[in-house]
Amino acid sequence: MDPIVSIKALSKRYANGFEALKSVTLDIEKGEILALLGPNGAGKTTLISTICGIVTPSEGSVTVAGHDIVTDYRKTRAMIGLVPQELTTDAFESVFDTVSFTRGLFGKKRDDAVVERVLKSLSLWDKKDNKIMMLSGGMKRRVLIAKALAHEPEILFLDEPTAGVDMELRKDMWEVVRDLRRTGVTIILTTHYIEEAEEIADRIGVINNGELLLVEEKQALMQKMGQKQLTLDLQAPLDALPDSLMDYALELGDGGTSLTYTYDTQAKRTGITALLGDLSAAGISFRDLRTSQSSLEEIFVSLVKDSA
Amino acid sequence: MNFQAVKAIYLFEMARTWRTIWQSIVSPVVSTSLYFVVFGSAIGSRIETVEGVSYGAFIVPGLIMLTLLTQSISNASFGIYFPKFTGTIFEILSAPVSFFEVVIGYVGAAATKALMIGLIILLTATLFVDIRIAHPLWMVGFLVLTAISFSLLGFIIGIWADSFEKLQLVPLLVVTPLVFLGGAFYSISMLPEAWQSVALANPVVYLISGFRWSFFEVSDVPVGISLAMVGLFLALCLGVIWWIFKTGYQLKK
Ligand SMILES: Nc1ncnc2c1ncn2[C@@H]1O[C@H](COP(=O)(O)OP(=O)(O)OP(=O)(O)O)[C@@H](O)[C@H]1O
Ligand SMILES: [Mg+2]
Repeated sequence: MDPIVSIKALSKRYANGFEALKSVTLDIEKGEILALLGPNGAGKTTLISTICGIVTPSEGSVTVAGHDIVTDYRKTRAMIGLVPQELTTDAFESVFDTVSFTRGLFGKKRDDAVVERVLKSLSLWDKKDNKIMMLSGGMKRRVLIAKALAHEPEILFLDEPTAGVDMELRKDMWEVVRDLRRTGVTIILTTHYIEEAEEIADRIGVINNGELLLVEEKQALMQKMGQKQLTLDLQAPLDALPDSLMDYALELGDGGTSLTYTYDTQAKRTGITALLGDLSAAGISFRDLRTSQSSLEEIFVSLVKDSA
Repeated sequence: MNFQAVKAIYLFEMARTWRTIWQSIVSPVVSTSLYFVVFGSAIGSRIETVEGVSYGAFIVPGLIMLTLLTQSISNASFGIYFPKFTGTIFEILSAPVSFFEVVIGYVGAAATKALMIGLIILLTATLFVDIRIAHPLWMVGFLVLTAISFSLLGFIIGIWADSFEKLQLVPLLVVTPLVFLGGAFYSISMLPEAWQSVALANPVVYLISGFRWSFFEVSDVPVGISLAMVGLFLALCLGVIWWIFKTGYQLKK
């Protein structure tokens, strides 16, 4: 199946010369939930804003359902809903009116039933006549989501949807996101939090300094997370690994005083027993041992560090 | 053409007008009445008639133009500046609308409001003086064209401005003086010879002259030239707006 969003060698240089995106290439599949993970200033918002038409690309191209976002913007933008990172809402309008306005802006006929359904799904119905400025921050965030859904988009961008949001709303929001996915909506969200990506996403992309470092199925990333390290503190430092241990994935560290063995917990045989046997056969004894598990967090941090 | 979007923007902007309808109407009515008291009564008692028209009536077209211009500019400039300021402009930028449609929505609403106020002032004026309108169709034509042209100018100002100060600057520093010097309260022919030719460089002179002609059939410049000048100004504003949207000036990063 053709990807619903196809980003090819997309670069963005801002007016001040800053290069916020460096040749990003990414395909987003229809119906998936993709989480873009990255630290502050990584370029997540820039990437999303470019696809939505708020930022003009410097180089490269983006197509949405096969249509170019620049030449065919009417088609592409009509398919997209965007929840921005900042809480930018009108102040004096009522909740109902502002959501209805967005629907019209995106070219759809006024339909109060749709607006009602969207507001109800976000528990905003009892606030429909309130002025937006009277709402709390979390409520405003819901209004922004409602606006983004008002024209029944096929693709939804959520730029840091959980910033400043309590547990309750977060749960509600993921419920809405899952419901949308069930109806075939493609969802792209950005976040700083790995747990969040882990909880909701099908695929995870890591972005830093304007570069897309990796995009992988969540399962595959979890697999990596399934790796464990066994670290042995040696009695006497080693200069080099003896030949008999060359077949193991071993690393000598701390000036030769520690050995680290990486293994897969999901494998049938971890190889630990054999390793320990071969170690004593080689006359290597150790004072202490410990195991550790690399979390997605660590994978992420090491990726980001390597790219810096 | 995304008619739904044009309608949505237009109605959204008009809703803003209705919310503040009383202050929108009261302040121009009060200031117009003041002009009548000061200019019409105080000065009018010394200047009986200008070109055969009683002074009180003579200033009515100028007064309407003064309000029409300032209202058009401030409505349109505020209308587009505000979403830029609060950030809600993101929604317009990410919507499947052409810039042309955005302009129709914003400028249409700004011009509508200015026209409403212009008509209210005309009604207020009839309380003070007798007014006959020789060419009602021309009058409405001038009103509409002027409201649209200057709403376009306001739109440009709103996009250009990056602070509230700048938003006030052009109306205050450029438009108001031009209107006062443009013969709102006198006929250009009352000026010394040398100043008459200077005055002809002021575009507002043509507006007021043409508009006044539609009332009293007296004018400083031929009405055809007035109309051509309004058309020229309209085309100029459209050109600038076309350029703004082509380049994304002050809107897109
Ligand atoms: N208009 C602009 N002009 C110049 N540089 C900009 C502009 N907007 C963003 N940047 C820079 O581009 C980089 C990427 O910004 P972006 O907002 O895309 O990051 P982000 O990944 O969304 O960060 P965060 O997690 O903080 O939201 C940052 O270094 C930022 O300073
Ligand atoms: Mg961001």
